[in-house]
Amino acid sequence: MRHVLRQHEIVADAWRHLAASDDATKVTESLIVPLVELRANRAAWSCWPGRLGLRLSPADKVEDLAPELARFDLIAIEFPSPSEGRGYTQAHLLRARFGFTAELRAVGAAVKRDLIFAMARCGFDTFEVAAGEDLAAAARALNRYTVAYQPGAPLAAVTRQRFSA
Amino acid sequence: MYRYDEIDQTFVAERVAEFRDQTRRFLAGELSEDEFKPLRLRNGLYIQRHAPMLRIAVPYGLLNSTQLRKLGDIAHRYDRDYGHFTTRQNMQLNWPRLETVPDILAELAGVEMHSIQTSGNCIRNVTADHLAGVAPDELDDPRPYCEIIRQWATLHPEFTYLPRKFKIAVTGAPADRAASEVHDVGLHMRRDAAGNIGFEVLVGGGLGRAPAIGQVVREFLPLCDLLSYLEAILRVYNRYGRRDNIHKARIKVLVKSLGVEKFRDAVEAEWQLARDSAPKLPAAEVERVRAFFRPPAYQTLADLDVTFEREAEFRAWYRYNTRAHRLPGYRAVFVSLKKHGRPPGDITSTQMAALATLADEVSFGFIRVAHDQNLLLADVRQQDLYATWLALRRQDLATANIGTLTDMIACPGLDFCSLANAGTINVARDIQKRFDDLDYLYDLGEIEIKMSGCMNACGHHHVGHIGILGVEKHGEEWYQITLGGSVNGFTALGEVIGPSVPQRAVPETIERIVDVYREHREEGERLIDTYRRVGMAPFKERVYAARAAAA
Repeated sequence: MRHVLRQHEIVADAWRHLAASDDATKVTESLIVPLVELRANRAAWSCWPGRLGLRLSPADKVEDLAPELARFDLIAIEFPSPSEGRGYTQAHLLRARFGFTAELRAVGAAVKRDLIFAMARCGFDTFEVAAGEDLAAAARALNRYTVAYQPGAPLAAVTRQRFSA
Repeated sequence: MYRYDEIDQTFVAERVAEFRDQTRRFLAGELSEDEFKPLRLRNGLYIQRHAPMLRIAVPYGLLNSTQLRKLGDIAHRYDRDYGHFTTRQNMQLNWPRLETVPDILAELAGVEMHSIQTSGNCIRNVTADHLAGVAPDELDDPRPYCEIIRQWATLHPEFTYLPRKFKIAVTGAPADRAASEVHDVGLHMRRDAAGNIGFEVLVGGGLGRAPAIGQVVREFLPLCDLLSYLEAILRVYNRYGRRDNIHKARIKVLVKSLGVEKFRDAVEAEWQLARDSAPKLPAAEVERVRAFFRPPAYQTLADLDVTFEREAEFRAWYRYNTRAHRLPGYRAVFVSLKKHGRPPGDITSTQMAALATLADEVSFGFIRVAHDQNLLLADVRQQDLYATWLALRRQDLATANIGTLTDMIACPGLDFCSLANAGTINVARDIQKRFDDLDYLYDLGEIEIKMSGCMNACGHHHVGHIGILGVEKHGEEWYQITLGGSVNGFTALGEVIGPSVPQRAVPETIERIVDVYREHREEGERLIDTYRRVGMAPFKERVYAARAAAA
């Protein structure tokens, strides 16, 4: 079973990403579904009984989701490469502007120890780290800084910050 | 100047530890070159033609003597005994060894310096007027606000990976000495009717490919809203700036494609939504930072006639290399890094150490970096000018050419930079040689030559009175010349004079251009003024008629 980093803990992952081969009507576990699929089969997913997670691509606009956010037990945001920076803003807006409080998960090839501190400060609480990345090292990376200049999502290690919101 | 507190000092120490770990993993093969690249760039570390290049941040161009001494010491112990100052007020080391960079960063942290965000697709070092705090025309000192922006921008978690680099310049005077109109964001200090400080906000300026002049998106931004408004601009850019094409990724392209009105609407809408969750700038924090920039312990002095009965060489230096100070009895002194035969902006370790000592003696221990690749001692008593000149002259730092044709800006070019198409250092040297006669140089008056070795325009060629752009043509180095660019008070982009010329013809081409100026100029006109009055035609005709005759 896959493990993820949830806050500072390495835990078994109860979630699964929708696969092309899945028959959605037969899956009952917790499932993460791309926005484009949810939009394409709106009616089917609206009565789906399982726990539903939403997967966002970098170009997806979070304000379009505001009325439906309560439906999701998880939102996964993609970081396909280190140079893709839109996910940080998506996370910040979901937390700070739209009040999303359930699990916010970073997924993709760029989710590695050198980036997750910034992700955590933007509001991510779970990291589905890239294949081959050392989970324990990633967990330690959440303690890299004890100070920050900007306001951000609370992180145990950060005890002092210059500006507040 | 600003001094680190516990938060700043802890932060840079933790940053050094992080980069030490990243470098160790790269050298051990745990990180690939592709993975290491964005991490090292964020610490100002490039892999260049011959060796790595480390770009050290000099926030808004202000150094104390301890810091300059340390830069000289680092250049001596870790590099080849010299450093290079850039158009963004930073200092570059051209030959550090990768494995020693974490140690260099630790040494910098010891004197409250770093190299964070001097490259990469993030918010870069904030720059300012090099005469901040001493210029007679200044409304207010911009540096406290630069420092606040520096802190806010440092490792901002949301703006970690922007579509492209993002540069901010701030000026507190009506004369724009910070090239702010060719920055992604230019902030011009203003006062409202009640006397409150605020900023005019320009967005979308930039050089490089498709140069553009910044456009006003807000006429007056109150100081307390500075960070929330910047955050709104950055958020709009981070979300909607292009990421599919590196040449179209700067914010200037977004502003242009939306049009400034739509862009402004987007920023204002975002700002209204964001103000509550954005960082606040409390008056107490502003006062804390402002307190660091209180004027030094000036004496009450009268202006002196310091050149009376002094030698012509000193009089020329006084005229060209010193500037008015807002207080009587003081002058701001340029330290010329444009000695003929030396690469523009270069300074040796010995010179840095000597200049640090001189700054302690005559200028309250501070040194400034100007964006035209010179240094400054900003607060020299007029009675100390002669001794200052002698001390600078002993170090070859008193070439009396500031503002003249040989005070040219040049990027490092093909000799060092892996992006460059053509050399700049040898071209600069050949031009200096051609215009080595100081009387001739002074007769030509104020001429700004700016030269870049490629389209990225680190040498600001678009805004030089004479711009020189290196291009590669059939494997050879050729140069495209522009005329009419300007950035000081009236921002304009230069026009291409005609087909590019080979390297050996550059000095002669410059000479033909100044010949036309000398023939056409009217009383008191600079080259740029004559160009604006008579247009391109006579310049073009002279340059190419002669070339056609020679061919």
